[in-house]
Amino acid sequence: MFVNQFLFLAAVLFCIGVYGVIARKNAVLMLMSIELILNSVNINLLAFAMRNGSTDGHTFALYIIAVAAAEVGVGLGLVLLVYRNKKTISVDELSEMRG
Amino acid sequence: MIAQNIGFWIIAATMVVAALRVVTTNNVVHAALWLVVVLSGAAGQYILLAAEFVAVTQVLVYIGAVMVLFLFGTMLTRARIGSDSDLNNSYKKLGIPVATVMLAAMALALIRSFGDEKMPVSDNIVSTQQVSDQIFGPYLLPFWALSFVLLAAVIGAIVLARKD
Repeated sequence: MFVNQFLFLAAVLFCIGVYGVIARKNAVLMLMSIELILNSVNINLLAFAMRNGSTDGHTFALYIIAVAAAEVGVGLGLVLLVYRNKKTISVDELSEMRG
Repeated sequence: MIAQNIGFWIIAATMVVAALRVVTTNNVVHAALWLVVVLSGAAGQYILLAAEFVAVTQVLVYIGAVMVLFLFGTMLTRARIGSDSDLNNSYKKLGIPVATVMLAAMALALIRSFGDEKMPVSDNIVSTQQVSDQIFGPYLLPFWALSFVLLAAVIGAIVLARKD
């Protein structure tokens, strides 16, 4: 197994996630794309942990999973609030801050 | 090693196809279910990388909890479950060159940095004990901070979503 095959997989997933964040208008789908990005980072961390023979990467991966769970909880709370006030979760509609 | 390589490429191809479906499908529920495929594939990759505790945590937290949150979010914010043509931006084609350029830059950097370096061959998997010694030893302070982040997130989500 090469080091690069894991890193390439992570890079491909990261770029797909970035495309999703750019292309999607629906807030829930944007959150899903962010999950793709976070997972690719985890694959990177664990690949480097195996390459260097350390366990630090495992610790960071676990912390990232916890932070991602918190992020999804708050994010979906925000999406619910936006839906209640605007009857839509399209991020294009949220333009009150535009000057 | 050959079996691991075959497993890697099968799981990797499945993950990439599923990830592409997540960002292109026109149905929010289908996107969530494709995301389950990607997350399970990631758990498989973690096992290939000798990280069994992280893999189990991935299954429990992501596939068990986060996906339920996503499906609830979908159900609570959309009256219509089904395909919907209004999920993408009008300028979504812009994302393709951005992602391609980014991937090319990263691929160049990876090839230059790691070339054909092999993973070290070792039989010992990282045990849960080692990971917990890390978390409750040198990384104790971030662990405490993370507990407060989770607490704040839970309280914040309740406050945000509460009807008053």
